[in-house]
Amino acid sequence: MRMASAFVGIALVVCCGCSRTPQAAQAPSAKAFGTAVVEVGGGKQAAAIGTALDQPVVVQVNDAQGAPVASALVSVAVPGGGAATPASGLTGADGQFTATVALGGSSGRYQIVASTRDKNGKTIELRLEEVALGYQEIQGRELSQLYCARCHDPDSTPERVSNHDNLTAKAHAFTEGTVLNAMSEADLASIISHGGPALNRSPEMPPYGYTLGKAEIAALVAYIRAVADPPYRSKGAFYARN
Amino acid sequence: MSILRRVRTILFGDSARAFGTLSVVLLACLAITPAKDHFREWRRYQRNYLNLIRNRGDAATLQRRFEGGLQQTWIPELGVVDRCTTCHVAMKEASLKDVTIQPFRPHPYVPHTLTEFGCTICHRGQGAATSVQEAHHGTLAWEQPVLPARYLESACGQCHWNSLTGTPQLNLGRKLLARYGCVQCHTILVPGQGRMLTTNPAPPLTRIASKTTREWVFAWLKDPPSYAVTATMPNFQLSDADAQDISAFVMDQSVPAPAVPAEALVSAGAPAADPQAGASVYGESFCSSCHATVNAAGMVVGGNVGPELTRIGSKVKPGWLTDWLRGPRNYDPHTQMPHYRFDQKQLSLLAEFLRAKTDSDLLAKVQLQAASATEITHGKALVKERGCASCHEINGVARPENFAPDLTLIGSQSLAKIVFAEGIPHTLPDYLQAKIRKPHSFGKSTKMPQYEFPPAQLDALVTALLSQTERAATLPASLHAAGKRETDYRPAGKAGQLMTDMNCFSCHAINGRGGDMAPDLTWEGSSVQRKWLVDFLKNPNTLRPALIRRMPRFNVTAAEAETLADYVMAVYQTPAFDREEFDSAKSGADEVERGRQLFYSKYACQSCHIVDPKNDKGYIGPTLTQAGRRLNAQWIFQWLKNPQALRPGTVEPNRNMSDEDAHALTSYLMKQNREVARK
Repeated sequence: MRMASAFVGIALVVCCGCSRTPQAAQAPSAKAFGTAVVEVGGGKQAAAIGTALDQPVVVQVNDAQGAPVASALVSVAVPGGGAATPASGLTGADGQFTATVALGGSSGRYQIVASTRDKNGKTIELRLEEVALGYQEIQGRELSQLYCARCHDPDSTPERVSNHDNLTAKAHAFTEGTVLNAMSEADLASIISHGGPALNRSPEMPPYGYTLGKAEIAALVAYIRAVADPPYRSKGAFYARN
Repeated sequence: MSILRRVRTILFGDSARAFGTLSVVLLACLAITPAKDHFREWRRYQRNYLNLIRNRGDAATLQRRFEGGLQQTWIPELGVVDRCTTCHVAMKEASLKDVTIQPFRPHPYVPHTLTEFGCTICHRGQGAATSVQEAHHGTLAWEQPVLPARYLESACGQCHWNSLTGTPQLNLGRKLLARYGCVQCHTILVPGQGRMLTTNPAPPLTRIASKTTREWVFAWLKDPPSYAVTATMPNFQLSDADAQDISAFVMDQSVPAPAVPAEALVSAGAPAADPQAGASVYGESFCSSCHATVNAAGMVVGGNVGPELTRIGSKVKPGWLTDWLRGPRNYDPHTQMPHYRFDQKQLSLLAEFLRAKTDSDLLAKVQLQAASATEITHGKALVKERGCASCHEINGVARPENFAPDLTLIGSQSLAKIVFAEGIPHTLPDYLQAKIRKPHSFGKSTKMPQYEFPPAQLDALVTALLSQTERAATLPASLHAAGKRETDYRPAGKAGQLMTDMNCFSCHAINGRGGDMAPDLTWEGSSVQRKWLVDFLKNPNTLRPALIRRMPRFNVTAAEAETLADYVMAVYQTPAFDREEFDSAKSGADEVERGRQLFYSKYACQSCHIVDPKNDKGYIGPTLTQAGRRLNAQWIFQWLKNPQALRPGTVEPNRNMSDEDAHALTSYLMKQNREVARK
């Protein structure tokens, strides 16, 4: 018996010794509670897999009257191996919490969950959707910047003036899921390769089938699918586990 | 004790019992290995995979394609032994693309196949391992953990030295290595091409005393961004005393610049009455194509070929500025700044405008005593120690060889050879990140200066460095996709001198040398008409209304324009076709009308080009209102047939046009010469 108890004792010590993990940074405790989390900015962005989103994710905690709540505890969870820095913290005087978000290593849509607790300890969540672009989608994005964006992106920059408003047929922005999701991948590839008339649309959309290769056109289609809003019949989303 | 004795009697009481017991023990021992094998991690994953696909529509196909047991990709010539597909069983099953659980996701599309390259060439990790821990994470015996996804483009860079559309991060990283002077101190060898070269040579300091003051040099050394937010010079974190001594030496080694040729001499000029006049010379000369300024809203506006000019008035001496604008090559024979041939009025207006761009805070606190000989000597020692001559030409200090470690193989650097600063995870990417972000966290004596790269640029730099692997250096030469290397093409004769003087190559590329801001002129002689070219050189007008960067006016004389046009027309001809080939006999009114209809209906050219300024709006391509007097007919014809063949990478799509359509459109476009008639 004595030997047995000694064994158990040693085993316990060994187990405890092994399982000791470095102390995680203490999360601050909430000093105030809100009833809602709303998005201020940072949703619906696209970035290459594993990289940080261009804009930080900013959320605001409000009370029942819709006024911002300072010092409420917010945590941001990124599924699929992504990370938010900081992952949790207190809202500032303006009731806002800002985190830099890096997406995980697989391409697709990510739902980021920003959560806080109300007075009764009930969790309130806000889900923001972001897109991680893989090799093919990144190639599509670069090609679209080169060949498509001048007409399909209605926004102008000093470096690139948009031609969108000069056309009689309005080119659809690639994010316009309401229209583009209804087109099959074969149709999209066909209108890119053979131009608008291939689908009985405007000849202002020229054919690119003799300029771009098959793989490049497939990359453009993949990019259009990836950034569609509302999402194209989700390829399977990553949902945060709570 | 009696219990033990009884057990012994039961088990080993006589020889038969002993034999039986030992047999059982032996059997149990023999069973250990198969049992262990049965519980291997990969078997569990394979069983889970079969469960996962069981209820899918294409279960039968998937099951038939599934191969159980250890799987291995073996590519002897690349040294690849990868068993990753033992667990990652569905790599090639595109129908499973909705599956998000690893290890069962199919591989997303990439231009290469698994059988061609295996897994670890791109993803790193230990290919031969058969447990999750050993395959993915670094161990004492295996230092290469799986590469984080954000650096994945580095894998492409092992073979691809050309700039791929699919790898913007890698391309950016390499651009930054070349632009920010990394490759001036560190050697990075490109297979088959020698050293990676800088794209942003630092200015020579051999004549700096005529250009600026010691006070400015001191302020600049202390904190480059306080003078120019776009500065590419890093901060060497010098003490006040060291910065004083270096500035003393830099001034002391300077020799006077040769006098500006007499015929170009103009007096410094009286201050202009109208402050807007200077700004308009700045605008008309398109200075902002190359030089940036920070506007009132705090935005950086302009190009990055030349230095930022926001506070130029606080830097340069007035006399130097006028001399520089008059003849930049006089001060720096290798400058990219064109010789503008300003007349005296333009010169004084522009100089006055630039001199007014001052910042009173910049030098307010800088008070330097006259330098002593000891300070100058110490300054020279510091210049040698800090490697200033790696980038700048300095009198009396030779360019140091191998000043900083060679980075050709940094991407496979052994972790045992790296000294990690405290708090940095022991992986190569984390080390590189930390080293670039805060060199001084690795010890105060480190010579590497402090750069201020935003996170995305840091990631890009680390990606580019991680592509510098041993494997990249030893891969079969047939796998290398070589990048473009600038040629050392020089145009000959009088025209060549003019082109050098006006630095055409700063913006235009010809025969593989030059910038990419303006069109490639290699075949310009086949493209345009001589008369138009002469007029354009004398007075460039706008061809592309949507561009903010345009050809400036260089005040070339009529004789110079003729010389240049002769050279361009004679030398820059494509061998692909003859200029005179176009059959204009067939370009009757009917053909022109047919061309017009094709232009507006079938090909909808007006969505990008303007022919009729009243109705057409498209402004992606050049304006074609004067196409008939600007372009050569056969060029238009050939361009319509295949634009990429004439100018690779052009945005104009190849329409696979028939000869008949191309002929009709060419006939129509050759009739376009509107504005000429009015002038």
